[in-house]
Amino acid sequence: MACVLVPMTEAIITTITARVIKSKEEKSVQDLNSTEDTGSMEKIPFSRKLKWLNNMLWGGSGLLVFEHIWHGEIVPWFPFLTAASNAADTAEMLNEMATVGVGMSLLVTAVWLAMVGMTSAMEKKALKEQPPEETA
Amino acid sequence: MTLLITVFAAAICTAVWYKTDSREEMKLGTLCLIYWGASLMWLVDAVSEFAELKAGYFTPSPADMLNDTFLGLSAAALGLVIWLAVLLIKDPKNVVKNTLFKRKN
Repeated sequence: MACVLVPMTEAIITTITARVIKSKEEKSVQDLNSTEDTGSMEKIPFSRKLKWLNNMLWGGSGLLVFEHIWHGEIVPWFPFLTAASNAADTAEMLNEMATVGVGMSLLVTAVWLAMVGMTSAMEKKALKEQPPEETA
Repeated sequence: MTLLITVFAAAICTAVWYKTDSREEMKLGTLCLIYWGASLMWLVDAVSEFAELKAGYFTPSPADMLNDTFLGLSAAALGLVIWLAVLLIKDPKNVVKNTLFKRKN
């Protein structure tokens, strides 16, 4: 009915968070610009990892909105959600948002956390295997 | 059926992403994540429907199946359109810019 609103809300929050983190990372990179590039392997910035979650949430929400339009659950006129037109349907919609919607958000976030965990482990392994920097 | 089609699209995209060298230029990661995001969300939807319908979930009427197949294919096509829009807007290989402004090297 409107379960897609929950991951969409999460997507808005994570997009704003990613922008803030990215600007902070860019600032810290500018501060470090005085040091020369050593050519060593660098970690993937957290803002880029957060972008993976954004892409999953926005992409998934976009296709689910299409599905809701297909089934006539989202309409282009007020109140936009057919379930919001009467109290009984609204209660059912809210229940679906609390169960299915929250479930969707949790599953996508859990998969993203697993991706970040695996990537971090691979980064640590790669950094360990990297030969020590040569001193001039 | 919608879930199945989206999972197939996601798996094929991921295999292409793994194999190709131009994954960054083609923004293939974005397409993979769009399909995986949708697949995960439809999986939750499917589990909740299964909890409601039990075994009936696996025996849909032919009309429902056809409708779901059309929906799945349309959703996969929409995913491709979104990816193309992202690719043309970000234009990592400057193809659009060079074509529009006829830049000479």
